[in-house]
Amino acid sequence: MLQIENISGGYGDKKIVDSLSFQVEKGCMLGILGPNGSGKSTLMKLISGVLPPTDGEVRIDGRALADFPAKELARKMAVLPQLHAHAFSHTVRETISLGRYPHQSGWFSSWSEEDEAAVQEAMQLLNVSQYETTLIEQMSGGEQQRVFVAQALAQNASILLLDEPTNHLDINHQKELLDTIKKQAIEKELTVVSIFHDINLAAMYCDELLLLDEGRIVRIGEPHEVVRTHDVESVYKTRVSNHPHPELPKPQITLLPGVRRHAAEQTVRACDFLVTPEFVVYQSEWPLKTVSSAVVNAGSGWFRNFINRRVDATYNIDNSYEEMVGYIEDSGLKATDTVAMMTAVRTEHAIVREYEADFGTIVVSVTAGVGNGVDVSQAVSRELRVGTINTWIMVNGILSDEAFIQAMITATEAKTKALQHEEVIDPLTGTMATGTSTDSCLVAATQLGEALPYAGPITEVGKLIGAGVFECTVEAIHLYREAKKT
Amino acid sequence: MNKTVLAYLVSLFLLSGSVVLGVTVGTVPISPAVIWNPSSDAMAANILWNIRMPRVVLAGLVGAALAIAGAAFQGLLKNPLADPYTLGVSSGAAVGAVMTLFFGISIPFLGMFTLPVISMIGALITMLAVMGFARLVDRSMKMETVILTGIIFSSFLGSIISLMIALTGEELRQIIGWLLGSVSMRGWPYVQMALPFILIGSFVLWLYRRELNAMLFGEERAQHLGVEVKKSKMAILIGGSVLTGAAVAVSGTIGFVGLVVPHMTRLVWGSDHRHLLPLSFINGAALLIVCDLVARMIISPTELPIGVITAFIGAPIFALIFFRQRRGGL
Repeated sequence: MLQIENISGGYGDKKIVDSLSFQVEKGCMLGILGPNGSGKSTLMKLISGVLPPTDGEVRIDGRALADFPAKELARKMAVLPQLHAHAFSHTVRETISLGRYPHQSGWFSSWSEEDEAAVQEAMQLLNVSQYETTLIEQMSGGEQQRVFVAQALAQNASILLLDEPTNHLDINHQKELLDTIKKQAIEKELTVVSIFHDINLAAMYCDELLLLDEGRIVRIGEPHEVVRTHDVESVYKTRVSNHPHPELPKPQITLLPGVRRHAAEQTVRACDFLVTPEFVVYQSEWPLKTVSSAVVNAGSGWFRNFINRRVDATYNIDNSYEEMVGYIEDSGLKATDTVAMMTAVRTEHAIVREYEADFGTIVVSVTAGVGNGVDVSQAVSRELRVGTINTWIMVNGILSDEAFIQAMITATEAKTKALQHEEVIDPLTGTMATGTSTDSCLVAATQLGEALPYAGPITEVGKLIGAGVFECTVEAIHLYREAKKT
Repeated sequence: MNKTVLAYLVSLFLLSGSVVLGVTVGTVPISPAVIWNPSSDAMAANILWNIRMPRVVLAGLVGAALAIAGAAFQGLLKNPLADPYTLGVSSGAAVGAVMTLFFGISIPFLGMFTLPVISMIGALITMLAVMGFARLVDRSMKMETVILTGIIFSSFLGSIISLMIALTGEELRQIIGWLLGSVSMRGWPYVQMALPFILIGSFVLWLYRRELNAMLFGEERAQHLGVEVKKSKMAILIGGSVLTGAAVAVSGTIGFVGLVVPHMTRLVWGSDHRHLLPLSFINGAALLIVCDLVARMIISPTELPIGVITAFIGAPIFALIFFRQRRGGL
């Protein structure tokens, strides 16, 4: 266990680290975060003992750092500094062997089997065995860094201090290196303290984080307690947005640039929609922030092209994604910039309408077919079919995250109301349908103009969405039924 | 491991070869057989054992001392251009030696060791002063800064030596000849004077071979690896100064040996100090024996100062190392 008690230190009269106290439990990985000049490296030097503290002390397993003889300390604690250039070259093996220095004593001490085993293991872990006789200066920065990590591991110390271990590494090597360190930390119960520049990387790998600013602790705790938008913004003096990691329960941040996206006018208009028997297409000059349940590019993202494509009722739904991507590319659009849905309904019957309120306008586009109406309250097993009611809502305004979700809810409620109004029946249960089996919904916003924090049914935008979706859906059902009659 | 054994075998072979050449080649050629059979030619044996052998042994000791000291200084300062000569340490030792002769200093108990001991003190003081000044100029102790500081100190100490020479009358010639570096006409007493210090100094440096390896990665890194940096640094400085002082006391300032030998050794056998130090010792001895041979044979019967030969080889190599370090590549 590593205890830091009330430690202060700096260079000359300048106090850079100011009375910090914290402790790191055995087997725990602590990440130190902070802007340049916040005292991260100084704190690291205080912990490693290179810089004597002006006040306070560091304790390892209850024993003061100053009481350790140099070699004994090196057997307890290994340090990986930032990469430096060297005047002379060593081979990889010689470099890693130096990690065994603290384990050797006496005038003529020889290389023991234990030394050899530790070096071999470290070389294998870091995947540098094949470079054993290579000179380190002939290796790339990433490989050199791996050699130095191997040197630190060969020390067989229970505490590992790392100063930006992933500096100069590409993302694959960053991941590999941190995976190796993390794995070692778990298997050998190492205590790891590491400086990170990258908040996201730190949040992913560390059990605990410490946010440092001007030599003081701003926050310490689990990543979710430390990586908070407000703290990160005030410490790093930059705008960020916080969001969850897609696979791990760890927070991640995204930088928000100081340079804004173009300020030009951009308005989604109903007249710019292209409605043909083959598809409904809207192409925007600038990307729209979009949340949807489409076939291609579902979820959230920024996209320029929006397609609602008509496919045959017998369309093979099994590899619809690949087929749809191919279709988009064939039409000369980029699949990465396009949200695409499909429908079995005749797309020339799509309703596209513009609605206006004080804040601006929204455009609603609906294609509807009600052949396979579903009453969602009746849980009956059904066959999967191609989507039938596709609802698009495009807002000329700035929607918040919650407004996107509220817009979806409002649109869905309006759709259900439209189905009731049109008395659409679930053919399986004979009850009133609430939708069809594979409806899709899309909400997009220009993120320009007025800020719309909410889009519930009583807000201005919510009213437009509710009334607009209802009206368009009713009309689309009329057209669908008329087409069926003929 | 095989490579290491080979390195020592080759180096020892070169050394014994140079010793044999050194004692047999000269104005009076002597058959190598005389070495193990002195009675075959009493006159030749006399020349061999009383004139040539002490000269060869002294040249070997001086070369070994300067080379191992150079290797250690280079490792300590992480500076491939460092050696007793370029750092100004030789000049410091020379000032000590000249002072001893000039003032006729004789420290009780030390007797004949007064000269080397005061040279060593001169060397150590100069070394500390050079390092202190270089650190003041540039905390990172860049290669050029250290060498420039060495030149400043060499020039200054050189002027002090010149001043002392100017103030002496009759001993002038002797001191000038000695300053350019020479191992001629010294005999066995000089070997006895230098031998103990050179053995002690080399042993101290050898004890710190692993620390030197660690310190190549920087003092901070060495401390992380468990090296007691201050203590090791001081020991290496003292060891190097003892060697330089002893060498200068018996042979004057012979430049570049400490630069050329470790550089060549590193190039061929690698920069692991566990072997670099002993190999530099052996090869330094061999090189200076050969240089001395060339110095006395090239315009025979006149002898060139040995420093002329080492500078002739050493200065271009110095330039080459400097070029490579600054322009990168090998």
